[in-house]
Formats: sequence, C-alpha cells, structure tokens
Amino acid sequence: MTAVAQNRTIAPLLAVNDLHVEFRGDERTVHAVRGVSWDIRPGEVLGIVGESGSGKSVSVSSILGLLPSPPAVVTGGPIVFQGRDLLTMPERDLRAIRGKEIAMIFQDPMTAFNPVRTIGRQIAEAIRVHDRSVSRSTARDRSTALLAMVGVPSPEARFNQFPHEYSGGMRQRAMIAMAIANQPKLLIADEPTTALDVTIQAQILELLEMVRKETDAATILITHDLGVIAEVADRVLVMYAGKVVESTSILPLFQSPRHPYTLGLLGSLPRVDVRMDSLYSIPGQPPNMALLPPGCAFAPRCSLSRGRSECRERPPELTRSGDSLSACHFVAEMDQLTRTVSEEVGTDIRVGNE
Amino acid sequence: MTVTKTSVANDIHARLEPGEELLRVEDLAVEFPIRSTILRRTLGTVKAVAGISFDLRAGETLGMVGESGCGKSTTGLAVLRLIEASGGSISFHGHNLAAMGEAELRPFRREMQIVLQDPYSSLDPRLTVRSIIGEPIRVHGMAEGKALRERVDQLLELVGLRPEHGSRFPHEFSGGQRQRIGIARALSLGPQLLVLDEPVSALDVSIQAQIVNLLERLQSELNLAYLFIAHDLSVVNHISDRIAVMYLGRIVEVGTSDELKTSPRHPYTRALLSAVPVPDPTRRGLGRRIVLEGDVPSPASPPTGCRFRTRCWKAQDICAEIEPTLDGVSTHIAACHFPESA
Repeated sequence: MTAVAQNRTIAPLLAVNDLHVEFRGDERTVHAVRGVSWDIRPGEVLGIVGESGSGKSVSVSSILGLLPSPPAVVTGGPIVFQGRDLLTMPERDLRAIRGKEIAMIFQDPMTAFNPVRTIGRQIAEAIRVHDRSVSRSTARDRSTALLAMVGVPSPEARFNQFPHEYSGGMRQRAMIAMAIANQPKLLIADEPTTALDVTIQAQILELLEMVRKETDAATILITHDLGVIAEVADRVLVMYAGKVVESTSILPLFQSPRHPYTLGLLGSLPRVDVRMDSLYSIPGQPPNMALLPPGCAFAPRCSLSRGRSECRERPPELTRSGDSLSACHFVAEMDQLTRTVSEEVGTDIRVGNE
Repeated sequence: MTVTKTSVANDIHARLEPGEELLRVEDLAVEFPIRSTILRRTLGTVKAVAGISFDLRAGETLGMVGESGCGKSTTGLAVLRLIEASGGSISFHGHNLAAMGEAELRPFRREMQIVLQDPYSSLDPRLTVRSIIGEPIRVHGMAEGKALRERVDQLLELVGLRPEHGSRFPHEFSGGQRQRIGIARALSLGPQLLVLDEPVSALDVSIQAQIVNLLERLQSELNLAYLFIAHDLSVVNHISDRIAVMYLGRIVEVGTSDELKTSPRHPYTRALLSAVPVPDPTRRGLGRRIVLEGDVPSPASPPTGCRFRTRCWKAQDICAEIEPTLDGVSTHIAACHFPESA
C-alpha cells in the first residue's frame, strides 16, 4: 500500500459528489447510478467492484462525459478534478483533460483501437493531439519508447503494425502505452484484464503496478474480480444496483466485510488457496433497474434482512461501522452472519483467520 | 466385435455404478486445415488436439483447464462427435464412437449432452422454453403429449425454475436462468455424461456460484459424469475430482484436484496456479507469482520437443529434442523432463 493512500489529509485529486445517471427511454427510465460519492487521492489505487449492471462502469464513464446523451442524463455533482467541476465544464476544456490528465484503459483493446491505423500512429496521435508543438518524428520516438517501456518486443517494428497483428495481451500493453503517453494524473482501467487469459492477466497486472510506480498516477480499477482487487487496490468501493454499499480500505474489506452483499461475494468465490466445502450462493437475481424496490435494493436477496420492514421501506445510508462505511440497517449483525456463512462454506471467509 | 443394434441400445442405456469407467479417450487428435482464401488450397494444418488420452468414470468430474487455443473445447466437441476427430478412439461404455456412422451413433447421443458457455446465443430465441427443453425428447421419440409436458415440468423444477416459466421466451430470462434452461435441455434425455464447456464463464460471481452448486447437486442426484471445460482454475479446482491441464493441444498434467493444487508437477501448471489472483490482500507481494514471458506459440507450428519449452524457465537442450511423455505415479502424471517432485 502506498504511503499517500493511507494519508487521508491530502486533498483528493478527484471528488465525486452525489452522482446520478439515468437512461431515459420512451417507455421507462433506468436509474443506473443512484447517488454515489467518493474520492481518490494522488497515487492511490481505488478498486470499484460489482456485478454487471451495478453501475460501476457507467459512473466512471460519466466522469469523462463519455456517455451518449440522450439517452444518458447525468445529474448531481459536482465532480471536482483539481479544483474544477467536470460536469459543468465546456466540452472543449473537457477534451483537453481527456487522454491527457485523465486517461482510460478499456476492457477490449480490439475495439478500443482503430483497426485501420497502425498502433504506433494511434499512440503518436494521442501525444500530438494534446501538444501540437511535438513534431511527428519526436512523437514517433516517444511512442516507440512507450511501447518498449510496456514490454512490447521489437517496438520499432511493432510501431508499424495494425491492431489485428498484435495478440490480446500485446494489444492491452499497447493500450496502456497510449494511456500513459501524456503522463496522466489519473488512470481509469475498466476491466483491463477480463478478456485475457490468466497468465497474460498476471503480466498485465504486473505492468500496471510498474506503471503506477513510474508515473505515480492515481488509478481507478473497475473489476468484477475480488481476486484482482486483493492484488492491487488500496481502497475499495462495492457497488450494487447503482449505489455504493460498502466503502473501505483493502484489509477491512477482506478481514471483516460490513455489508451482506460483500460477504456474499466473498463466499461465492471459488478459491485455490483454501479448501471450501461448498460455495455460498446469493439467492435470486440482480434487480431490474427500472423497477427498484423503495427500500434497500439488496433486501430481496439478503440473508440478514429476512423481510424486516426497515429494509423494505427505507433505503439505508452509508454510515460508519468500524473502519468501513456500510449501507446496511443491520450492520451490527454482520459478525454473526459472517460466522454462519463461514460455517456453510467450510472455511473462515475472513482473511488471516483460516 | 459384432453386436446387433438392439443389444447395443440396451447395454449403453444401463447405468454404471459410480466409479466404473464410462469414457476412455485414447490418442485423440483433431486437425483443422488452413486454406488460402483465394485458391482454396490447403496450406497446412492446425493440430488443435494433438494426441491426448484420458478416462472418465461414472459420477466423476474431470476438469479440463487451459488457456485460449489449448484445444480444451475442441476436445469436448470431438468426444461428442460434434466435430470429427482425425485420429484416436473414443470409447463410451466400451464402444468406439470414433468408428461409428451417424445412425449407429444415434442411441449414444441420448447418453451424452453438452452445455455451452453463452446462454444468450445457445438458445433459439423464437422457441418457448418448453419447446427448447422438450425438443430433444420429441426428436428421440421418448415422450409426447401429456407425458412430454410432465417431463418438461419436472426438468424445470429440477434446475430450479417453475413450470410456468415454460411458456416464456429466452429473452425474458437473466443469464443465470438461461444457463439453467441450457442445463435442463441437456438433461432432458437422461444422459450419463455432460460436457460442460465454460458453463459459468459468462456469468457474474454470485450467479456463477448458484450454477456451480446446481451442477454439484444434479451430479449427486443423477449420478452424472462431467467433463468440465474451463479456463478458470479456481472454478475447475472447486468442482472437479480430477483435473487435466492442457497446453497447445496436449495434456501436460493430470492429477486429483488436491494433488494439482498442493503439489503441481509441471512448470506450466505451477505458473497457471500462481497466476490465479487470490482474494487475500495479506498475501500480496509475497513473490509467489510466476509470470510467464510471451504468448502461447501458434498451434500451426508448435515448438519442437516440449511445446511449453519456449516459455519455460527450466528448459534445457533435451526439451527441444524430445517431447516428454506423461509420466508419474498412480493418479498424478506430468509430461516434463524436469518435473517438480510430487
């Protein structure tokens, strides 16, 4: 863990306040992000974990104004980056930040690159679009150096190749090279290793760690994989149905989860490091985001709620519990539930206790 | 061996006791021609599966794990004769499927079914769930009318759905529910063997656990044998009794789940295992991860000798010259000149 990450007195690099994102259709409105607030400090690695439809990618795409509008409507805010509100900023100014101050790494590097241009040209363009004073040949040299830095073999020859001539892992390296081309202060990696094989994933995680040390950029890592989170994040947000349900540092999340959903995720993860008799399964399905219940969105699947009226009627607020923030009315019962679930799966879910 | 059709039919539908050998695959090979786009000439062949052998017992789960392009899915399809093998034998209940014609094969199809990865593309969007699950039963003439209806209701309940779900269409269901429909369809003919090709890879973690638990329950209730194909070692390790690790068309190691997890013998298995992210931040940076260099070589021109040698940190001259054979004691075998001691 970086020293900066632990020092909560440093001003945040990016602060998101009460962000809402709706997708408005003719027949119905989907409230994909329902009021989330969080921040990230310089040099910190913030993991955002959640399942499909939890709003983890949407909330981050909305920061950079990457959502097509209509149908997307972003409200709330402000989203303060280095003292300026990204939501009210003119598109022109936002464009100067995108790809320079804040850069993104996407899940699928095949679709993120333009297929009819060489990789090298695309990286060089990313440099020149933000700084016209850089000559073509300088941009070319810098791109080649970047490719070498991220571990692309024979970078001069690779510079002139097209995306389809790269393997999946190599394309992801090239995308990281492009993302760090302008020394961004914030890197957003959206499921950067999900499409990759596990040995290639290990290479990319190692590369991201190296990049973080070299550039000291803060990183937002969006993933559904708690294993990846455990390997790289300093702090974690767990999202469910468009809200943050738990927000905490990395160790408390795994040592004493404070939300039944987090616990359910931990219990349903098959592991190679400990023996589990069975997997805990969260019953039911993720909610239909167009028809959310008035109370806690997780209540219908929750083993703590048991139909209690608080959960059905009133949405829980994020409140402090120990080292964590948790949005659960019955957070006081979490230790008991953790023991029950641990018994069910045949191993203590909390790390350091098995 | 000459057997009449009826006697074949009777003996293959008989249920084996758990632990009896159901399937034995020997020297299975599958090749795909590489054709030039203009002249349609064959330029070479990709040996997707290059001679592998394994067995599977009634009620057992054999996990088949490896990365993209290692031939694990091709193996699953070839075992079911959904694609043609170019060599080797596949014996099911002692009958060699590889040598059979389509008509002869038909009674065997009832006994071996497949569940595919993508629950979105593997169900016909224009059919109701009832028709999807009932179709194999009708095609095989096993039931119709009221009996068919009851059988489908029973299957729906078996996989955790309700009979009224039968009249809906696939798009009305979530990914996890669709995978349940796919499983019900595979079970409709009462098979003894299921090939599960990445059955949970497309699902969210919480739903993945539901399906894994469902598969485990069905296996013990119905005495099913599973060939469980997946790239995710933690899922494979959880569900399997034994695991075969594949690399570039070859099996490099076979062992029980415990043997593989606690004392992997092949360097590739070690690397694969160490690359699985462990949800335990206290173990971060303990240097346990072996990061392999480079990518998997092309299966059209695999390295000489050991196929893994180009990425192996233990490789010596002999590895380029002689391809190692699967060797070891009892259940735990590995194909390496310099295996870790078990």
